[in-house]
Amino acid sequence: MTPVARNRLIALGALLVAGAGLAFVAFGDIGNNLVYYWSPSEMLGQGDRAYTATIRLGGVVQPGSIQWNAEHTTLHFRVADGPKEGAASVLVRSTETPPQMFRDKIGVVVEGTYDKSGVFSSNRLMVNHSNEYRAPKEGEDPNKWRETLSDATTASAGAK
Amino acid sequence: MKRLMKWVLPVAAVVLLGAGWYVGLAVAPPDREMGDVQRIMYVHVPLQWMAMMAMFINFVAAVAYLLSSGGNVGTVSAKPRSSSPLVSLLALVVNLMAWVAHILKSGWGLLMPGSKEDEARAKQDESGWKLDSVAEASAEIGLVLGTAGMITGSIWGRPTWGVYWSWDPRLTSEAIMLVTYMGYLVLRRFVEDPDKRATWSSAVAILGAINLPIVWFSVRWWRSLHQVQSSPRTVDPAMVLPLRISAFGMLALLLVFLGYRYRQAMAERRAEMALPDALPGDVPSSLPQNSSKVA
Repeated sequence: MTPVARNRLIALGALLVAGAGLAFVAFGDIGNNLVYYWSPSEMLGQGDRAYTATIRLGGVVQPGSIQWNAEHTTLHFRVADGPKEGAASVLVRSTETPPQMFRDKIGVVVEGTYDKSGVFSSNRLMVNHSNEYRAPKEGEDPNKWRETLSDATTASAGAK
Repeated sequence: MKRLMKWVLPVAAVVLLGAGWYVGLAVAPPDREMGDVQRIMYVHVPLQWMAMMAMFINFVAAVAYLLSSGGNVGTVSAKPRSSSPLVSLLALVVNLMAWVAHILKSGWGLLMPGSKEDEARAKQDESGWKLDSVAEASAEIGLVLGTAGMITGSIWGRPTWGVYWSWDPRLTSEAIMLVTYMGYLVLRRFVEDPDKRATWSSAVAILGAINLPIVWFSVRWWRSLHQVQSSPRTVDPAMVLPLRISAFGMLALLLVFLGYRYRQAMAERRAEMALPDALPGDVPSSLPQNSSKVA
């Protein structure tokens, strides 16, 4: 075999393997085994299997569910499948200070464990941003979100 | 061509990046949810786009190298063997691909013209080394840009997501991509025979390129922390403008880096061809294996 033919065969082989690998990733059903997070309804649907395992739970913060206790720095809120009312949701307890953008209806991913009392104890709270970038509306100061969050949702009167 | 590389592109890169980042920092509005942190987009997104571009160039150069030139040194004449239908079919496919490669190669030849007094045979060799040099240059620059893109992304992630890093599909596939091209460059350093180096690394480049579409579509195929691609419809026009300007600036910077790195790689290839045993770090292969015994 000439080196030219050899190189062409190598190219053909590598392209075939690469194409097959890509097709497997794209169209093979590996998405079901490789989920970055479960939605609340998926986690609740797991029944007993959801208890005690470390789980990533993703969804949106149910409007009006945020309770922030500044004295004990505990945060309670509900993660729901979607922003609509009546969507399946799970109560989450976190002892972390949430990221700046944390608020009602924002997408969140929490890592932690779910127990039989129906509370999800989070030890990592992440907020995800949509692909929308907009200028602030009239009178809005985007750098003030942190303050508005703690003012509006502080449950404790002892907070400054 | 020389003036383009030496003056036009570097000046364009500096002016466009300066203008894009100035508009992004001082003129464009902050994002209504993220605030001023969002302005890192004008650095992060062009870096990642151009990293993908560089790695795609690497893929094209690797395919073109393999299809167009084999055996740059010491080509042995073919001894045809008995042909079965399967071999004939393979030969047909390979010849079709070679035809595509020929078109690709003439495209490269137009972009990177060589010295005209060379003989036809030398030209054939030279064009192979050109493709190999383009592949080396683009992989290295893609790795640098991608790493910078990952660092800026992580700086953006901490205030926005709350974490520097999470094993979400986009971030994980990006990390695999960077490690792949690191391996590609390591392989190139390890193989001393330029011909083998070019062939083996081309195969690795083609296999590594699987990751490019995976990185791009990861946010659409799977659930991730990273948001899906934005489009001009989801981005305020006042932010699209500085993003575009800085992306073109980054493109100019990519081409400047590619040009310089390509010329270095090409000079190395020529030196290797001219003095195969005289390059630093190489074990002289022409010496007999048992020379120490003789002495």
